[in-house]
Amino acid sequence: MLNYFIRRVLYALPILIGVNLLTFMLFFVVNTPDNMARIHLGAKYVTPEAIEKWKVEHGYDRPLLYNAGATGMSKLTDTLFVDKSLALFAFDFGAADDGRDIAREIRHRMWPSLAIALPNFLLGLVAYLSFALVMVFFRASYLDLAGVVLCVALMSVSGLFYIIGGQYLVGKLWHLVPVSGFAPGAEMLKFLLLPVLVGVIGGLGDSSRFYRTLFLEEIHKDYVRTARAKGLSERVVLFRHVLGNAMIPILTGAVVVIPRLFLGSLIVESFFGIPGLGSYTIEAIQAQDFAIVRSMVFLGSVLYIVGLLLTDLSYTLVDPRVRLE
Amino acid sequence: MNLGFRPELLWSDALLFLLLAVVVMFAWRSARNEHLRAPWRRVARSRLGMSAAVVLIAYACIGIVDSLHYRPALPATEGQPVQYAAEVRSLLDVLTGELRTRVEDSYSAPFSLHLYSRETVTQPDGSQARVFPRLQHAGVGLADAAAARADIVWRGLRGIALGALGGALVLIVAAFAVGRRLGGWRAGWMAIRCAPECSGLRAGLATLIGLLVLGAIAVQLVPNYHVLGTDKVGTDVFYLSLKSVRTGLLIGTLTTLVTLPLALLLGLAAGYYGGRVDDVIQYLYTTLNSIPGVLLIASAVLVAQVQIELHPELFDTAAARSDLRLVSLCLILGMTSWTGLARLLRAETLKLREMDYIQAARAFGVSRARIIGRHIVPNVAHLVLITVAIDFSGLVLAEAVLSYVGVGVDPVTASWGNMINGARLELAREPMVWWQLSAAFVFMFALVLSANLFADSVRDAFDPRAAGQG
Repeated sequence: MLNYFIRRVLYALPILIGVNLLTFMLFFVVNTPDNMARIHLGAKYVTPEAIEKWKVEHGYDRPLLYNAGATGMSKLTDTLFVDKSLALFAFDFGAADDGRDIAREIRHRMWPSLAIALPNFLLGLVAYLSFALVMVFFRASYLDLAGVVLCVALMSVSGLFYIIGGQYLVGKLWHLVPVSGFAPGAEMLKFLLLPVLVGVIGGLGDSSRFYRTLFLEEIHKDYVRTARAKGLSERVVLFRHVLGNAMIPILTGAVVVIPRLFLGSLIVESFFGIPGLGSYTIEAIQAQDFAIVRSMVFLGSVLYIVGLLLTDLSYTLVDPRVRLE
Repeated sequence: MNLGFRPELLWSDALLFLLLAVVVMFAWRSARNEHLRAPWRRVARSRLGMSAAVVLIAYACIGIVDSLHYRPALPATEGQPVQYAAEVRSLLDVLTGELRTRVEDSYSAPFSLHLYSRETVTQPDGSQARVFPRLQHAGVGLADAAAARADIVWRGLRGIALGALGGALVLIVAAFAVGRRLGGWRAGWMAIRCAPECSGLRAGLATLIGLLVLGAIAVQLVPNYHVLGTDKVGTDVFYLSLKSVRTGLLIGTLTTLVTLPLALLLGLAAGYYGGRVDDVIQYLYTTLNSIPGVLLIASAVLVAQVQIELHPELFDTAAARSDLRLVSLCLILGMTSWTGLARLLRAETLKLREMDYIQAARAFGVSRARIIGRHIVPNVAHLVLITVAIDFSGLVLAEAVLSYVGVGVDPVTASWGNMINGARLELAREPMVWWQLSAAFVFMFALVLSANLFADSVRDAFDPRAAGQG
């Protein structure tokens, strides 16, 4: 087991190195620090001195890969690549363009993100699975058909519509909850209600339909026929046998996103004014703050790899045949 | 020779026509091969599939008409070579007539004769008053709201009548076309009405007639009203929605021009060659997959934006500039979204290469490239088709989200995302400005819903295993 994990972590390294190189290429080679300075200082009519000054202020005044002016080892280490890109491996994200420490911001902002994303994920999973099971229970009937039609219709609506519609209906027309905002502590609940509801409804069409297909694939297998032949009720067949055996494909899709819940949702957080990582990222994109975008890309792929590990681990929990060797 | 205009081929137009050529070639091939014709016949028999296809074709027509760009000539001065306007227009602008230039001062509700907000106006007698100013281009020649209502009803009825007339024409043509093989239009008409194998045709015709009626009503009403209101700077929202069709379609389709070659090449190579090649390709797509989608797209678009901003020599008109952004967005979306299809193709190829007929081909000494081209590609074609059809709707929806994040199309390009983004800020207003949002959502919903339904019927027809599972 331990061996397996060590090996998996070693496999993950090349991927992280790849992501690191990719962001380095994008943000330093294609888009040089000079360009960055020019964009921030207003594209046209910038003096070379102003560019140099901006680069010094933001720590971009070094060569990319090889520092000929330095001595000894620092020829290689006193470069942008080591300082800005490799440092990500130590979770040293550096400072944003406004001078604030990115790592500190992330530590602060991941909790509000999680407060929305976790209930959204859990409630969503329960809702989608139940809806899919209901459709499968009434399969090949008009109820099932109506469910599929509803799913396709829900899938075809823009995610922005759910947010705007929810804000208008629940927040503005019915005055049930505030339209947007956030508060820590017990008051948080009333701010969380609407974003979570909108998030769950937004995913209903896509996910329920996917799960329904999964269940339908299982339901034609031999063990289901055996279970029915034994005289088990349809309820037991569905919940114990079909759901249990469909767990592997369900987990494959679901567990991998759990670590990423920390990153939050860009759109939901920005619409509802949640001070989480999603709104942090969107603000960075709109302000063209490449340092933050780079950090979030790296963090995102680290969390993805953690998610892959968790997925493997979860297989052992639901399927006794799986052993991690 | 002075035509009075100069055709203008933007990058996206060229790519769109390239794509159209590919589609036509594929259709021609399908028509000649029985094993490809059979699943398409199944699609043609599906009612939802045919209705969806008609709606999609209608959208495609709007998009193609809007892709024929030109620059009008400026008024000539003697002895000078003809100069052309900096503004690029399209055939759609010509067809919609004055709609482009009928700009009001600000917001106005659908069918309204007045602006949405009060303005201080100097009365004829010199005094000042706060009134809702009359619109300049709506309800021209009508005295008041009552007269306008009567006019709207009258025009609407005329539209329905015209649409019905067009529908009848369509039915007659269809009856003759179907009846050609059955011996006379009477037999054709009976077949259309009752034959079970014509159920798809029936649904398609019904949808077409519905669209014709809607179109005729629009043609009647649009010249004297803003049927979907006007936006903040007074542009007609109906016109904006029509212009946005092209953007949505381009993002959904041009992306596949990038996705397909990448996914086919890498997916097939990984599956067929295995070993080192497989490792490298798997590493590539795992790395790309590990980055959150929006962030990857955002990073690439940000960088592309900086490049476009710093290289003004790449474009000569504002339209070319926003077009370049659109094309680069499609490129980026394609570069980041090939992984799913490549994975599917790899898995399928792994399965296929162990099949007997491929083993036999190998034993005969057929070259690898020929085996892939001759035996594997045709056998994974249905996967490609299904994935492209399913991805299309996702991409159209993604455009709106990306435009909201600020990494979508150029803010001056007409797109549903930009319409939503612009209207979002007005939600806090009392009373609400709802028409711009609704128009964007409805136009987008109709396109995505029909794309989803069409994708479903294509999947059912080409992948019988999945058929009937919804």
